[in-house]
Amino acid sequence: MKISKEDVIHVAYLARLELDEAAVEKFSYQIGTILDYVDTLNRLDTTGVSSTSHAIFLTNAFRDDEIRKHLDLELALSNAPEKDDGIFRVPRVIG
Amino acid sequence: MKLYELTISQAAALLSLRQLTSQELTRAVLERIHAVEDRVGAFITLNDELAMAQAGIADKTLSEGRGTTLTGIPLAIKDLICTQGVRTTCASRILENFIPPYDATVIQKLKTAGAVLVGKANMDEFAMGSTTENSAFKTTHNPWDLSRIPGGSSGGSAAAVAADMCLGSLGSDTGGSIRQPASHCGVVGMKPTYGRVSRFGLVAFASSLDQIGPIAKDTRDCALLMNAISGHDPQDSTSVPEPVPDYTRFLDGDIKGLVAGIPKEYHASGGIDPEVAEAVNRAIQTLQDLGVRCVDVSLPHTEYAVAAYYVIAPCEASSNLARYDGVKYGYRDKTAGTLMEMYRNTRSKGFGPEVQRRIILGTYSLSAGYYDAYYGKASQVRTLIMDDFAKAFQHCDILLSPVAPTPAFAIGDNTDDPLTMYLSDVFTLSANLAGIPGMSVPCGFSTKGLPIGLQLMGPHFSEGNLLKAAYHFEQTTDFHKKKAIL
Repeated sequence: MKISKEDVIHVAYLARLELDEAAVEKFSYQIGTILDYVDTLNRLDTTGVSSTSHAIFLTNAFRDDEIRKHLDLELALSNAPEKDDGIFRVPRVIG
Repeated sequence: MKLYELTISQAAALLSLRQLTSQELTRAVLERIHAVEDRVGAFITLNDELAMAQAGIADKTLSEGRGTTLTGIPLAIKDLICTQGVRTTCASRILENFIPPYDATVIQKLKTAGAVLVGKANMDEFAMGSTTENSAFKTTHNPWDLSRIPGGSSGGSAAAVAADMCLGSLGSDTGGSIRQPASHCGVVGMKPTYGRVSRFGLVAFASSLDQIGPIAKDTRDCALLMNAISGHDPQDSTSVPEPVPDYTRFLDGDIKGLVAGIPKEYHASGGIDPEVAEAVNRAIQTLQDLGVRCVDVSLPHTEYAVAAYYVIAPCEASSNLARYDGVKYGYRDKTAGTLMEMYRNTRSKGFGPEVQRRIILGTYSLSAGYYDAYYGKASQVRTLIMDDFAKAFQHCDILLSPVAPTPAFAIGDNTDDPLTMYLSDVFTLSANLAGIPGMSVPCGFSTKGLPIGLQLMGPHFSEGNLLKAAYHFEQTTDFHKKKAIL
């Protein structure tokens, strides 16, 4: 297969996902099929072809560096799963 | 005619003459929603009280003579466009309880225009899918045949318009997600030029491809919604500072001499259902009879569009969806002991299978050793696809093709075969890769009574030409006037 089960487990770790055995098996097969299909791109010689990451020609959008209206602290925290006195709370990182 | 069957332009005329109030209209639409929602399943969140309150304000504005065309008009919004104070889920468990603290720019614009927002429409989770079956919450049924998919990912937005549960709606289109459900539901849908409409407040899937656009009962309404949502926005640095014309002014324009390219790769494809091919060919003939000149053109890299897209879109998605970490908003798994466990459990329980599949595909394609072979190669092929369009548009003003290879298929038919599903996007993806506008207008029905759409595409910022051709087509056909019977 194009992408081994070990690859899927490794990539899932990089993407901060936790997959069970069945999902690893299924994704390895399905993503392998998709990657096989993606290989049809190799039939094209793209030597010297530039890359496109953005379909519209735009130069940088600059603005003056000035203080503007921003989200109120309470609102910014309003959807936090856990918060505490103006901060987001997460599980302890340093033991 | 029932009030909920009105188009936006019809309702606006009655509202401005005070022969109808927005409260009457909105109540009729809400009653319609409650009568058919059990069968259609177009909405994730409904807010009758808020809608009626907005209608009351609209009536006051109208009575003071300060209304605009959209004042008091009930609209539905795809549930990935942020609405302040109204839950915005992206049809995902991970955002099940997310209440945006701000409005998307398009919502601000609609509110300023006085529109009434009746609810948040169902969709494929994070807009990943072509059937709306990937919603974490419900399945949307095609109003024309409830056993079939409405298309996707903006399936709720299209089904709601087709079933008269709103007068118009907003969807988003990353690879066909407005045009394909519009085609399957027999309504009009437009993906504007990339940068035409602000993406501020649109939950990002693939940022270089995503674009918000209207779904409407006819082309005039589509133009009216485009007028309301288009324009440069300092909050979206990829929006384009191009003046916004009054799109309704294009509708009556002369189409004699307009040149339509017929891309052979879009018509010779083996997978096209014969009834779709026939309906589209008849539509091309109708436009020719109206004075459009047709020429054959070639978009030689079309066969590579699906492969390029299904690298680029998942790569961008894997990066965009990294933000869902259980810290700032959305679902958090609270059983985890460490931060890493919290991230992994949150994301695994919060995202559905299609989203996880695309995150893994994207992460793999961007990872060390594979980046050049996948993302790099696909980005070069994207250039070739853009060049194809640029060359074709030297010979024509618009392109005509099918939207989808088949009419809507049965719910459950393709859920376990992602590649087959992806291949059905073949006619719509290229417009997103090239950033050009595309549109679907109803152009026929299959023998089973399922709607078929005609796709119109044009160069950047040529929405006016697409609307003009579509409007003239509508004037001599009645496909858009047919109603699903519910």
